[in-house]
Parts: sequence; structure tokens; C-alpha cells
Amino acid sequence: MELKDLYREIVNDHNINPVHKYEMDMPDIVLRGVNPSCGDDINLMVKIKDGIITEASYMGCGCAISQASVDMMLDNVTGLTKEEALARADIFLGMIEGKIIDDKELEVLDDAMYLKEISHMPARVKCAVLGWRTLKKILSEDIPG
Amino acid sequence: MNTMDFRKDFALFRSSNAPVYFDNSATTQRPDCVIEAVADFYRNSNANPLRGLYDLALKATEKYEDARKTVASFIGAKNPSQIVFTRNTTESLNLVSESISSAVKIGEGDDIVVTVSEHHSNLLPWQRLAKRTGAKLVFMEPDMTGLISDEEIRSKITERTKLVAAAHVSNVWGRVNPIEKIIKRAHSFGAVAVIDGAQAVAHMKVDVSSLDCDLYAFSGHKMLAPMGIGVLYGKAELLERMEPFMLGGEMIEYVTREDATYAEVPHKFEAGTVNAGGAAGLARACAYISDTGFDFIRTQETELTSYLIGKMNSIRGIELYGSKDPDEHNGIISFNIKDCHPHDVASILNEDGICVRAGHHCAQPLMQFMGIGSCVRASVYAYNTLEEADRFVKCLKNVRKVLGY
Repeated sequence: MELKDLYREIVNDHNINPVHKYEMDMPDIVLRGVNPSCGDDINLMVKIKDGIITEASYMGCGCAISQASVDMMLDNVTGLTKEEALARADIFLGMIEGKIIDDKELEVLDDAMYLKEISHMPARVKCAVLGWRTLKKILSEDIPG
Repeated sequence: MNTMDFRKDFALFRSSNAPVYFDNSATTQRPDCVIEAVADFYRNSNANPLRGLYDLALKATEKYEDARKTVASFIGAKNPSQIVFTRNTTESLNLVSESISSAVKIGEGDDIVVTVSEHHSNLLPWQRLAKRTGAKLVFMEPDMTGLISDEEIRSKITERTKLVAAAHVSNVWGRVNPIEKIIKRAHSFGAVAVIDGAQAVAHMKVDVSSLDCDLYAFSGHKMLAPMGIGVLYGKAELLERMEPFMLGGEMIEYVTREDATYAEVPHKFEAGTVNAGGAAGLARACAYISDTGFDFIRTQETELTSYLIGKMNSIRGIELYGSKDPDEHNGIISFNIKDCHPHDVASILNEDGICVRAGHHCAQPLMQFMGIGSCVRASVYAYNTLEEADRFVKCLKNVRKVLGY
């Protein structure tokens, strides 16, 4: 898929009409993720109850790929346990690193699997992984709940 | 001379699917003669310069010192010994910030003055020097077209000022700073004036003697020369008083177990084996630019910039930064397109084989001053063409649509 098609088919929708882009009331955890060289800057907010991500949102600014990727990610991990979400993050990161290429394995990522093409666009890799990197950091910390 | 003849000297532009290279402020392309000059040094004159006593080493030394003479005459330095070879502008400026305290007393109650539009390489060294010495870092601010007013110069450079550092040409606005006035004002208080010429030397005749700056830094790779060779020009008596930045081989006069005396300027600033191949390439680039002529270079750039600004202004949602006068851009056009992040814009342009820079351009305080996070920068040189400008504009017109707006 060409970059332009990638924007058209999947990125633009999540970037222009994000579902999860809002300020959350009383989040359990807030974590900032930044790509200093690009200026991508996000704040992830999550609520975790009984080990399950019950609500997730973000605020921030950055390129369309970074912002859309976060929105797709939050679609994907809401309702999962922390462990399941961490496993999804590893699949996504594996996909972007070009290590996981089997579409069957990637299907669990829903829309986010269309970012597979980014693995061939080295300049955009850090945009695509910013959200997932930040989420992984949140979930790897020992947080009660 | 015409553009097509000029272009033929560059391998990139001879290829049938050459990209539109509009990132000349980051680094220019290099003509065959420069690449050949570097190769020629390593093929025919290669020995460690300034050391060996045999003929080949003398030949290497001669090439290296000849390069110094060529560079000196290119920028109007009175004496080749005022040319210190470094890696690039960044190293030149760091050399100054690390060494200047031995020549100029800077302490609490003193000011170091910079402009808010400086590239990080002409800001961070002064930030650190200010912290170390207790001096205050003071910022001259331009208006929103990049122009620093006389009043700003008067109010910021004062009797407290010990050092002023300013870009000759801003790497974002493309605008020439009023450095003559800045230098004059600095000198009226006995302050040292350091000029970052990285974005100037390839675009206009620079004469450091008539500018009367104390120090002037630039890179080879932004003026058709190889990467890894740069220059620090300095006034002789100042360079004499400055302590060396790096210590090591071939910068000494006499060494005992406990002490050393240093070599003469400029060699005391050139510790270790030098980049003689790079220097030979830089000298060739100076000669090539002189042969091409700044009249030609300037005319081409202004025509292209004028054409681009005219066409770009008609694009929906575009905001161009800097002066309205194309002649005030030195080939640099920074811009944003509404709702579109610069990185998306650059990626979309890349799909069509167009090379531009996107980001903060190593000038974050300037981005903050302009109230933007980042921007796209197209920068042309005399070898770019109107056809390339058309390709660029055509793709740019499509960007908002590609991003779903």
C-alpha cells in the first residue's frame, strides 16, 4: 500500500474523527509520551479496574500517523486485561519492526494492522509506535487495580 | 552559465529519476570536481600532513595549507593563519565557547547576547557558557518577518555585553540579520561578535574583513564541499589569546612530562590528524562557487524563490513564514499547511520524490517564539529549476486532500 492510500483508507479517519481523544475524568494513570525530534506529544489516560482496562483516552498533538495510531490502539485494548494489552503491544511492535508479517497473527490488532506498511517507512516508525511504547510503559509499572 | 550547465556537474541531477532536492539548507549536493579533488588528495598526495619529513608528506601539507589560502581569500580573510579547520559550524562555535574565557573575561553581571532565531548550535554553547560563568543570556527578538530592529539591537547590546552571537542568515526565516549593526554595536562596548555563517557562505559574497566580525563559523557541506570539514575564522589577536580547545598531536611547540607550549595559530586549534582531503574538497568548492559567480547564484535563487512564493501563496490553508520579499529568503521558504503536521507533509512530498525538511529545524526557541511546534522548510539552490518548483507546488496542492481535508 502506498502512503497516500494508507492515509486515505485508515489514518485520516482516526486522525480527524478520533473516538478516544478527550480529557478523562479521574484517570487511574496518566503518562506522557514524546518524540522530541518530531514534536509528537501525547498524554495517555487509563482507568484500570480488577486488572482490566475499562476506559482509555488521549490528548496531544503530532503528525496524523502518531495520533491515528494512538486512537486505533485505544480501540483495540479497551476491555483487555493488562497482560493481554501488553501482548497486543508486542504484536504491534513486532509488526512495525518487520518481525511479525503473517496477517493471521496481526488480525487481533483490528485497524492497527493496516499500519503494517509503516515497517517499510523508517522515517515514520517512531510516529506509529509512540502510543504503544507509552502504553507498554504504563502497563509494565506495578500499579494496583 | 545557465542552470542546465550548472546541474550537469552534479551526479544526482544527471540520473533520469532524480528527486526534487529542496533541502539545500540541510546540506547541498557536491559537484564532480569537489568529489574529484577529495579523491585526488587521497590518490596522489596522501600522507599525514604537517608531520613527515619526506616529499609525499610535504605535498600533503602543501595541499592542506593551500586549501587554507583558498578559503581565506574566498571569505576575505587577510591572512590564511586566521582560518582554523574544524569539522563543521557546530564544532567551530563550540571551540569558541570553550576557549573564549581565556581571552575575554566573562562573569556575573555580564551579558551574552544571542538572537531567538539561532540554530541550537549557536545557542546551547552560549547557554552553557552563561551557566558556567554566571553571565546572563539575553535574547534579541525579531519581528514576525524575521527582522531585528535597530531598537532591539540598541536595547539588548549594552555596556554589560561581553559577547554577541548571531546567525548571518537564519536557517528558518532565511533572512539576513543586520550583522554589521550588531557587530558595530558590540564593538562599541568592547564585546566580541561571533557570527554563524552556515546559511550564508554558499549564497552571497562574505567578506569577514569588511564585516569586522571577531569570529565567523561555517560548514563545508552547506556550500558544495564534503561533510566533515568546517571553518572558524578569527581575528589574529583574538585567536592568539584563545587557549586551544583540544589537546594532542601536532598542536604543540614543546612538551615535557609536566607541561607544554602550544603551536602557533591556527595549528594550536587543530589537534590530531587533520581532514586534509576535506580541506582540499572545500578549497575546490570555493573555487567552483567563485567561477560560477554569486551574481548567477543569487539571480537563480531569487527567481526560484519568487516563483515558489507566488505559487505557494495560492495554496489553500498555507502559511508562509518570513519576509514577503523573495530576495530576503536566501533560498529558504518555511511554511505550514493548516491542519497538516509537517511530518505528514514531508512524507507525502517524499512519495512524489520531493525532498524537504520538516520539524523544528534545531531552533526550538524560535518555534516557540513563532507560536508553532514545527514547520516544513523547502530550501533551493542555484541548480534547482522552475520545473522542479512546479512539481513541488503540484504535490503541495494535493496535501490537504491526501490527509482527508
